[in-house]
Amino acid sequence: MTDNMQLNSEGKLKHFLTIEGLSKGLLTEILDTAESFIGMSDQQVKKVPLLRGKTIVNLFFENSTRTRTTFELAAKRLSADVLSISIATSSTAKGESLLDTIRNLEAMFVDMFVVRHAISGAAHFIARHAAPHISVINAGDGQHAHPTQAMLDMFTIRQIKHDFSQLRVAIIGDILHSRVARSEILALNTLGAAEVRVIAPKTLLPAHVESLGVSVSHNLTEGLKDIDVIIMLRLQKERMTSALLPSESEYFKCFGLTEEKLTYAKPDAIVMHPGPINRGVEIDSKVADGPQSVILKQVSNGIAIRMAIMAMAMQKQGLAL
Amino acid sequence: MLEIPQLLDNLETSLKRAIAERKLANPLMIGIRTGGVWVAEQMHRRLAIIEPLGLLDISFYRDDFSQIGVNPNVKPSQLPINIEGRNIILIDDVFYTGRTIRAALNEIFDYGRPNQVVLGVLIERNGKQIPLSPDCIGASITLDQDRRIKLTGPAPLAIDVQTINAMV
Amino acid sequence: MKKILIKQGRIIDPANNIDGVGPLFIAEGKIVSVINEPDDFSPDEVIDAGNQIVCPGFIDLSCRLREPGQSRKATYKSETRAAASGGVTTLCLQPDTIPVIDTPAVAELIRELADKAEYRQIYPIAALTQKLEGTELSSMLALKQAGCIAVGNASQPVWNLLVLRRAMEYAASHDLLLMFRPNDYWLGNNGCAHEGTVATRYGLPGIPAAAETIALAHCLELVELTGCRVHFGQLSCKRSVIKIQQAKQDGLNVSADVAIHQLHLTEDDIAPFDSAFHVLPPLRTEADKQYLRLGLAGGAIDSLCSDHQPHDMDAKLGAFPETEPGISSLETLLPLMLKLVEEQAITLMQGVARLSTDPARILQLNSGALTSGWTADVCIFDPELNWQVNADNWQSSGINTPFWGKMMKGRVTHTLQTGKTIFCLKKD
Repeated sequence: MTDNMQLNSEGKLKHFLTIEGLSKGLLTEILDTAESFIGMSDQQVKKVPLLRGKTIVNLFFENSTRTRTTFELAAKRLSADVLSISIATSSTAKGESLLDTIRNLEAMFVDMFVVRHAISGAAHFIARHAAPHISVINAGDGQHAHPTQAMLDMFTIRQIKHDFSQLRVAIIGDILHSRVARSEILALNTLGAAEVRVIAPKTLLPAHVESLGVSVSHNLTEGLKDIDVIIMLRLQKERMTSALLPSESEYFKCFGLTEEKLTYAKPDAIVMHPGPINRGVEIDSKVADGPQSVILKQVSNGIAIRMAIMAMAMQKQGLAL
Repeated sequence: MLEIPQLLDNLETSLKRAIAERKLANPLMIGIRTGGVWVAEQMHRRLAIIEPLGLLDISFYRDDFSQIGVNPNVKPSQLPINIEGRNIILIDDVFYTGRTIRAALNEIFDYGRPNQVVLGVLIERNGKQIPLSPDCIGASITLDQDRRIKLTGPAPLAIDVQTINAMV
Repeated sequence: MKKILIKQGRIIDPANNIDGVGPLFIAEGKIVSVINEPDDFSPDEVIDAGNQIVCPGFIDLSCRLREPGQSRKATYKSETRAAASGGVTTLCLQPDTIPVIDTPAVAELIRELADKAEYRQIYPIAALTQKLEGTELSSMLALKQAGCIAVGNASQPVWNLLVLRRAMEYAASHDLLLMFRPNDYWLGNNGCAHEGTVATRYGLPGIPAAAETIALAHCLELVELTGCRVHFGQLSCKRSVIKIQQAKQDGLNVSADVAIHQLHLTEDDIAPFDSAFHVLPPLRTEADKQYLRLGLAGGAIDSLCSDHQPHDMDAKLGAFPETEPGISSLETLLPLMLKLVEEQAITLMQGVARLSTDPARILQLNSGALTSGWTADVCIFDPELNWQVNADNWQSSGINTPFWGKMMKGRVTHTLQTGKTIFCLKKD
């Protein structure tokens, strides 16, 4: 395997593309840094001048209002100038337009790209071809990774549960197509979680999923035993029409998280969801809005985590290497 | 000879004089983390200020971010809601290059427009790099270029002088 | 035509069971004799092959030259130079040109292009179905008469097994070999990597081994039914080797090849999202690789090929799944074969055979051997010469190879095609 292209020559974060290859120490540093940004939302002055004068471009090849707005807000709270570009990908859009887009923006002296793309590996490609001073943050690429989401979920877990080494975490739903799941599994294992368990029908699990470092269950009630943290994944409607699942109601019957099913987990288990939620498909409203749900906390932590990651990726840029 | 009790007394006297001369009505005292807060706590008590001490963390306002990066152990600043028109007594432990005070001023002004800011430090030393200076001091000293002076605390408060290595 | 003496080389000619140091005599574009000097032989040209190996020129069963239709990627001029520098003297052209090789006119165009490039032994593989769409049979007889050596499906699926059966029956009736690349379109599911641990980790759509083995099994049953001779191209998995072995034991007239890079690279070698490793069939597991090697040594797999697919830069610039698959591989064919010998997967005699005698047998050509009276297609190579894969040493227009920048051991110094030197390595 090649060297970790995410770190600069001093081992500091330069790109943030995937959890893979990052040490426990670095992930913890991200969480600690985010901690210091958390208090800011309560402050009267919500901005700090850390990235003043820097230009951050949100390059969204895949639409996402929620992720884009949190990245925009995070960048603005760091006093950076932000440009958000939504590019619809046509079916013929290939490497050419991707590279051309990057080059055109580089010519306007930008410092960072935040990239979301429908194809796995897009963020790596951009990081490899962007000018040397530019940092790239992966806001989700195809089915591969969504590392900022994973970090904000780790942050939320740490806020409430504190010690990863004792935790049993269940990730429930469409693991096969989920970049969030892949990043969360990596983050949990790197941070030393006691067990990561995936619960899904066989059609929604990737080949050799155990090689990711998880145990597998195809049964929700059995799978929830002894679980401290439940991470629900969104089930996309397209899955119903591609011979992966028979129907939403059948899925909900087997894998939908209801109040009753929740009782099979530990009594103080928390329920998380990266959003947006499909109520009545993967999760019952009563659970999503219930006392064990920390979904809203995840959202409010999202800005602090992204601020931390952006600030860390931009540091040391002044030094001539 | 630098003795903490003497330094504190000197600073207290100097601050009382400044408050009178510059007519600092209802002053808000702000200490700069971490050493400045320890000194400010002392002054806050000695000057019998009722309003709680403001705490300022300047990590995010430092001008050397691109060299040293983000400090992961930052606690948020704690300042009252309204800075507008207030008279501020800003306290730090050591005044050296002046960059800390510049950062502190930037941060305070982001909160609002104060009426006056008076700067009190326990020790002023040589090596200024920014055209700022303290209004009230405990003592003014001269050190060789390769020496650093630090306040340790909070209890007991003590002065620590170190020599930094040439190869750093 | 000149009289040529190649002297003092170690001659390896698997078909005639020769392995020894000695001279090779060529005249009138044909092999005169090996070791035994013919009477009154005064050579016009002498090639000193001291410390080198002299063997039959290589026959590549799967190659793409990109013309007609994709000259942006490569041309006959550049790719035949690549072939010559790789010791390849005969190559089979896959039918997925633009337009597809489904009319005699295209076959004739190819012959003209080959003539112009002065590299004549290019055998087009005719499309099995019109436009390779898998619905209508192509005019196989006319194509055969226009010079096509076999019929094939390139990498395109044949959707309908009834169509495949009929196509095979028709090909059999004209004594045409079917060169079949097995891949089930639906199971393949637009994947770009082997459905395994690496694809799972990188979130890449996967192609299970079953996509290949199931299509292979379908076709094998149809061989039984139709009597068509089939050569299975570019196999990649263990279970494919097992099925071929069984089919041969059952007496079916089938053969198989494997692309050389499948014997060296696995999914674990894929540098993260590096499109140089994007190939179809995909790089599979270590177990598959080992089994392919065993199959090659044991004879279940008859031949090696390059599966040469040069690409323009843009085709490989993009997120991995969006890039076009394929490696530019003619020039690394020899050193990679020698590496198999060095790693003791096969013997040198076997390695040479898999690139010459065996493909000739599959194509039913009087070639691939230094037999007296046969065309003088000869490859002379230095097995110890180290060289780096870089712009100075590369002829192909396509630099899309995972071996770019790597050191290779073993290099062709001379290539003769029908007695004419088409490549000579300059010493600097």
